Amino acid sequence: MARKKRGVPEINAGSMADIAFLLLIFFLVTTTMDVDTGIIRKLPPMPDENTPPPVDQANKRNLFIVLVNAYDQLLVNEEPTDIDNLKEKAKQFIDNNGDGSCTYCQGARNPKKSDNPSKAIVSLQNDRGTSYEMYITVQDQLAQAYTELRDRASMEKFGAVYGDLNDVQQDEINDMYPKLISEAEPKDVGES
Amino acid sequence: MNPNHKKMSKFKDQKSKESPGISTASLPDIVFMLLFFFMVTTVMREVTLVVEVSLPEAGEVQKIQKKSLVSYIYVGKPLQGIRATYGKEPRIQLNDAFASVDDIQEFVAQEREARSEQEAKRLVNSIKADIDVKMGIITDIKQELRKAQSYKINYATRRTLE
Repeated sequence: MARKKRGVPEINAGSMADIAFLLLIFFLVTTTMDVDTGIIRKLPPMPDENTPPPVDQANKRNLFIVLVNAYDQLLVNEEPTDIDNLKEKAKQFIDNNGDGSCTYCQGARNPKKSDNPSKAIVSLQNDRGTSYEMYITVQDQLAQAYTELRDRASMEKFGAVYGDLNDVQQDEINDMYPKLISEAEPKDVGES
Repeated sequence: MNPNHKKMSKFKDQKSKESPGISTASLPDIVFMLLFFFMVTTVMREVTLVVEVSLPEAGEVQKIQKKSLVSYIYVGKPLQGIRATYGKEPRIQLNDAFASVDDIQEFVAQEREARSEQEAKRLVNSIKADIDVKMGIITDIKQELRKAQSYKINYATRRTLE
């Protein structure tokens, strides 16, 4: 009668959920889920000292030279340009189709601009005093020019935007509009 | 009288008409599961910044697929509080401390060593530079990376909100 229960009393696990919630909220708050985004570029290898610098064989009209000076002003093929017009100019240049070998281009076939997209090289040169912001904007505008051309080509060919294509199709579009952005050797940039 | 009483059934007797409450006994388990998920996915390798970095914006940005393949180079003005000691000229930060351009090759070698041979080849150098930095310092970094034969770079930018 009235037997007293002996032994260790059970620990109340009711607050376990609260403790776990507390930890959970801590990790929820501290977790950074942001993905690294940016403009991905590949640097060219260092020029070999033994081999002479390559003779510039690219025809002058196949070069789209973008110069950015220390005051963040643009000079595109020796013509002062506003940043807002850079993308359109780059597109016209790449898409020009001067030699008529590009069947999908819609360019004006201006004899002073590039032969075809696989020959058109965008050359970017900047001054040491150029602001990083301007440099990124220029890179971005040039990348957008290529993206818009690729989107157009892929819409015509596959009926979908470039981003929705599979790898094989993307490669095909990449071959149609190869991204040829070269950066000048820093030593070529004057002290100006 | 209740007809159930006649059956003498021990169990049916206790049956109440109210719906039983949902057992919360498994709640801790569920929460723990979530907790472990967040513990595992959390990346705590955020370095303490000693330079001020506000990233530029760009529309044409790509995502870096694997975070483990990225090594970060920060460039910017020293933080407000330590400007008296370090000046306000933009500086490079590698790991947790200030560094000079000459340290970059060594830094790349260290980052390579910390990874497997396969991953070392795919290493991406992410330049997190402040919007106000001049290109001179960035050009120097790029030259050093080329000398270190680490060609893949990423200019960290925020995506323009449209």
